[in-house]
This record gives sequence, C-alpha cells and structure tokens, in this order.
Amino acid sequence: MDVFSDPLNREVYLTGFLWILKLTLAGGVGALLLGVLLAAMRVSPVPVLRAFGTAWVNIFRNTPLTLIIFFCYFGLFSTLGVAFSDDIDLNNFWLGVTGLAVYTAAFVCEAIRSGINTVPAGQAEAARAIGMTFRQTLTMIILPQAGRAVIAPLGSIIIALCKNATIVGTIGLMESSNAMKQLINENGDAVVPIFLVFAGTFAIVLIPTGYAFGWLANRLAVKR
Amino acid sequence: MRITRLAAALGALTMAFGVAACGGDDDSGSSGSGATGIVKKAESGKLVIGVKADQPGLGLQTGSTYTGFDVEIGKIIAKGLGLADSGIEWKTTVSANREPYIQQGQVDLVVATYTINDERKKVVNFGGPYFVAGQDLLVPTASTITGPESLAGKKVCSVSGSTPAKRIQTDYKDAKLQQFDSYSKCVTALAGGQVDAVTTDDIILAGYAAQEQYAGKFKVVGKPFSEEPYGIGLKKDDTAGCNKINDILKAAAADGSYKKAWDDTLGKSGKAAPELDATKLTNCS
Repeated sequence: MDVFSDPLNREVYLTGFLWILKLTLAGGVGALLLGVLLAAMRVSPVPVLRAFGTAWVNIFRNTPLTLIIFFCYFGLFSTLGVAFSDDIDLNNFWLGVTGLAVYTAAFVCEAIRSGINTVPAGQAEAARAIGMTFRQTLTMIILPQAGRAVIAPLGSIIIALCKNATIVGTIGLMESSNAMKQLINENGDAVVPIFLVFAGTFAIVLIPTGYAFGWLANRLAVKR
Repeated sequence: MRITRLAAALGALTMAFGVAACGGDDDSGSSGSGATGIVKKAESGKLVIGVKADQPGLGLQTGSTYTGFDVEIGKIIAKGLGLADSGIEWKTTVSANREPYIQQGQVDLVVATYTINDERKKVVNFGGPYFVAGQDLLVPTASTITGPESLAGKKVCSVSGSTPAKRIQTDYKDAKLQQFDSYSKCVTALAGGQVDAVTTDDIILAGYAAQEQYAGKFKVVGKPFSEEPYGIGLKKDDTAGCNKINDILKAAAADGSYKKAWDDTLGKSGKAAPELDATKLTNCS
C-alpha cells in the first residue's frame, strides 16, 4: 500500500472521487427534475407532449452513454459551440453533467411512470370530481404517492449513475477511472492493489447507499 | 422443499468451485511458461506479442493485421528466436495492461511504445531500448508555438493518466491541459481548433502527422523535452531471454534489418533512420 502513502498519489485518488461525487450530485439533481417533467409529459392529455416524452425515453435509454458523453464534447461543444466555462475541467464537468442528466432522466421518467401506475385510479377520479385541474391532480395527489412508491428503484438509478459517472473520463475529467489509470501508469509494480482500492471505494460508498434507500423505501411506502 | 434447497446449495458450490478452478488453471499455466522463458517458448513454434493497436506508424490494427515500427521490431525478435511470421500471435495491449499481461503470461513480449523506467523494472524485465523517443508537440502548420516554453495559456491535449500529461501538469503549469482517453480524440480536437497542441512522444506524433487525412495540416515542433527509451518487456525472471533480445537487436542493427524496419514504417514520413546505440542496451538484471 505504499502507493497511497505518497501525498501526491493520495491527492490524485481524492480528486478523482470528488469529481465522481460532484458528477453524481449534479447529474442526479438534473436527472430527477428532468425525469419528473418527462413523466408528467408522458401522462399528460396533450398528444405533442406525450410524443416528446416517449421519443426522449426511447432515444436516450437506448443510446450508449459513452456516445452521449462523446457527443456532448464533440457535438455540443466542438461543433455547436456550447461552452459552460473557460476553465477546461469545469467545462468538461458541466458537459458531462449534461450528458449524465439527459441519459439518466429517461430511466427516472420510466421509474416515476411505473410509480404513477401504483396509484389507484380512484385517487385521480376523486381529484377530478372536486374540480382540480390536471396540474393540481398531478402535483398534489398523484406524484406524492407515486414518488413514495419508487424510492427503491430510484436508489438503483442513483447507484448506476454514480458508476456511470466514470464515463465522463472519456472527455478528460480526471475522475476516478482516469486517476486509477494515472496511478497504474506511474506505478507498474502495484497494479492490483491500486485496482482493489478504487473498486473497494465504490463498494464502500455504494453498498450502504443501497441499504439506505431500501430503508427509506420501507419507511415512506404508502400503506394501503 | 428440502431437495430444492439442497440442489440450490450444490449449485452454488459447483459454481464457486468452477470459478476457483479457473483461477487455479491460470496460475499453473503462467508459472509453467515463466520457468521456461521466451527462448523455450519460441521453440514450441508460437509466440504471443503485445502491441498497440491505435498508433499509426508504430502499432496500428487494420482489420486483423497489425502494422508499424513496433510490429516490425517484434518480427525481427521472433525471427532471431527462429520463428516464422506465421508463428506470431499479435495481441492488442493498452498502456494500463502491459505489466499484468506480462506477469500473467497472457503475452510473451510487449513491444508497445513501452518506456523503460525504474517502477516498471521492479515487475518486468526490459530488452532494448530499440528506440529513444522524446516528448514533443504536434501543432497546426500555421501555429506560433515553438516549444514547451511558449505553451503558457495554450490548451494542450494528451492522454489521461499518461506520462506526457503528467509532465505538462508538473513542469509546465501555465499550459491548460485537456485530457482524452485516446490520442485520436486529441488529434480530432486539434483539427477542430478546440486545443492548440497535442503532446506525447515525437515518434507517435510523427505517425499522426503523416496520416493521409491530416497531410499538410500539422507539424511536429521538433524540440523534444524528455527522453523515453522504448524497451521490449518480458517476464521479470527471464534474464536469458532478455540477453537474447539484446543480441538480436545488435545483429539487426549490423545487418540492416533494423534500418529496413524503420524505412518501411515511420521512415515514410521522410525522417532518417535512427542509430541503434548498442552501448545503451539494458543489462537485463
């Protein structure tokens, strides 16, 4: 383990996982907002919105994430000139967040939509009967119940998102997988320990996350 | 119910042992070939050589064939060990898996822009160097960049986690570093103007500059600012094989096959063949 006793190497390791954390948080918030919006579109009475939601889910759920991230750099930034920052790392970070959010939102949308299906039809009918609009029905009656039903699947999506964040490394952010590559390149004699530390870190962070979401799901479930 | 549980337990056990058995096989296989060394391995008529697959001029895979200077060097070594070209099995290696491949016996030799350094010497043995490269810059033909000193504020691209990228970070802090997972992406970004320069070993850059689709667009600055001796990696304990490789290299330099290997590949860019410096060959310890 003398690789990690060198403070420079420790810094590479820490910044790597700090980027992963930031990507997961920013990407997760973006995906959640976008996903709820898409789910609302997919159950809305307006055909154009429904079609838009369906198209989004089908396109992004079935495109490899590597391609989406790659497109964010070479399509959005290189060709279309969409730049978030002058700083190379920050720019790549936000391009990565965009890609992750767009991709993960498709999964969030489908999870929420399956949650909406668990809400008895009588709830929506009752809301309609007392004169609530579509928006009121959705935000005050349906989504609160649907959201509580899909905590566990959302947890799985967050875990997948966290691991997917390493793909942003393809456009140059020094996140964990690039940090690992750099350490392996400089320390050819300690490939296996380095690998185990990086894989272990993911396990140590993600296993409790999984249990936490399971516990939350139990606590918040709508008792019917 | 009890039978189902028993069956499940047995199934799980079989799978566990199956996996364990696989691991065991690998171990015995690698220690077996480790004891014999590459000279013995070559007598069996087959040699596995690891090369890069994405570096034009050095190791480039098109379909199932590999071409480049590293590949030609691999052929020279194999020939010196008494092997026909048909006895060579080429295997793609990337920078990160070169040491594990050698240690586990997945490849017998690695000829893949493999810089000799002390950390790597701890786990593998090196024959050569068969070439001494240096870190350099690839810039658009009209660029004003004349060397690493004029990089301040410029965007420089290299492969993430690589030695050239690290050198820019530590020695040339004024430059802004963009990293990708392959040099081809860097070159695409250079062609698109998102970065001002691409940096890595001069010999690799020369290969990209000579590619048809970029002909006349880029130039290599030609002021190397590091020394990267390329070696041929093999198992740590194979001293005899390493000595043999150095003998073969010396012979190849004397009989002109080394120069021919260069002329057939990187020499096409017009660069004169380097001299193989026999005094600098490793001592194989």
